[in-house]
Amino acid sequence: MNQVPSELKYTRDHEWVRVDDDGTVTIGITDHAQQELGDLVFVEVPEVGTTFAAGDAAAVVESVKAASDVYAPLSGEVVEANDELADAPETINNDAFGEGWIFRLKIEDGDSMDELMSADEYEEFINSDDD
Amino acid sequence: MQAKRTALYESHRAAGARLVDFAGWQMPVNYGSQLAEHHAVRRDAGMFDVSHMNQIDLAGPGAADFLRRVFANDVGRMSDGQALYGCLLNENAGVIDDGIVYRVDDSHFRFVLNAATRDKDLAWLRDHAGDFDLELSERDDLAMIAVQGPKARERVHQVLEQELAAAAEGLKRFRFAVAGETWAARTGYTGEDGYELMLPNDDAPGVWSALVEAGVQPAGLGSRDTLRLEAGMALYGHEMDEETTPLEAGLGWTVAWEPEDRDFIGRERLAEQRERGAEVTLTGLLLSGRGIAREQQQVVTDAGDGVVTSGGFSPTLERSIALARVPLGAGAKCEVMIRNRAIEARMVDYPFVRNGKPRIDVATDGDS
Repeated sequence: MNQVPSELKYTRDHEWVRVDDDGTVTIGITDHAQQELGDLVFVEVPEVGTTFAAGDAAAVVESVKAASDVYAPLSGEVVEANDELADAPETINNDAFGEGWIFRLKIEDGDSMDELMSADEYEEFINSDDD
Repeated sequence: MQAKRTALYESHRAAGARLVDFAGWQMPVNYGSQLAEHHAVRRDAGMFDVSHMNQIDLAGPGAADFLRRVFANDVGRMSDGQALYGCLLNENAGVIDDGIVYRVDDSHFRFVLNAATRDKDLAWLRDHAGDFDLELSERDDLAMIAVQGPKARERVHQVLEQELAAAAEGLKRFRFAVAGETWAARTGYTGEDGYELMLPNDDAPGVWSALVEAGVQPAGLGSRDTLRLEAGMALYGHEMDEETTPLEAGLGWTVAWEPEDRDFIGRERLAEQRERGAEVTLTGLLLSGRGIAREQQQVVTDAGDGVVTSGGFSPTLERSIALARVPLGAGAKCEVMIRNRAIEARMVDYPFVRNGKPRIDVATDGDS
């Protein structure tokens, strides 16, 4: 069974979002996503300072099988990216919700988290997604 | 349409395989980690269920002449117990499929072809069989297990019945041994030594679990693809198709031009192309920049553009490698367009990896 931490928010693209104390958000892909992708072999993180609108392709994760975009779940500016992933993409396979974070965004004022799913909603979403 | 199941379907489920629909079959893509399965084959022994492949028996006094007409390699050169790789061509010398012909004797052959091209292959063979005295029969009653890796053969010998094990032990590459309905062929699609076993469906689960007991790692189609890419082996629908000739797909070596009077289908057009020279060729690519080359990406060379036919991450080289169709005479330095960025690469000879060892010196490359 996949783990789905209750303190995080989720997107339909299988990303997780954590609201940090300083008002920034940290973004990664879920454990379910890394399982679907298989062994990750390449991660391209966004450059600090880049701004994204919600839904923009912000990062790329490539498994042995294929490349997948990681979308910005909210609008904002990249304040930090996990450069460690360049040499250790498998970190996402091993710890998707922790060390495998991908980038942090300073979100634009007023951008709302309402579109994001709770852990319960996400769990329901991935269960209905499976055949 | 419900995807078909091989005789090993329950074995895969029990082993926790991730199953996907492949060419109308439910096949394991991996049993956990594709990378671990890849390394098991390079370093020890792994096995693949390839029962979805199409095994066709050809029997009759006209079987050899029929194959000499439809197969671009020449079965006339084969002796009993030998296997031969080659292509079925259309009149334009495009590739209908590639496969291995096994010769039992002068009037008994087996042709193993791809699963994705099953219907058109069979239609093509039947259409051209009319003038020859032979019977074509699909062997749906047989499974196929490819056991590959440096330890594959000794593990298989432990599992096969004694008579077949003894016969298999003495086999050279591209030879096969037969005991009843079970065949052990020293062939494969990974660049490693090993066997492809063809055996009755009913026996397959027992042999599979005996091989697991003997220490062979089940491996899925995912690692099968990264292994064949490292081995520089063409995959139908990628390196070649009906619009691509063997000369454009790096498969010129599979075409038997001698004897000159053998009139195989596609010969005339292929000979014309050979005469004037093919304009494109297949090359290996090693990426020096960061990124993973993927099929269909553009390759920019000093002689014009090419295209990646198969690309991915090489677990052995820990680098992205690819096969690409490029203009003949292009210089080795090139770029692969990955998400609108030009990533540096160089053309290299393939195979990239053979018998567990890298054939490309990655260290001399100008990375970072």
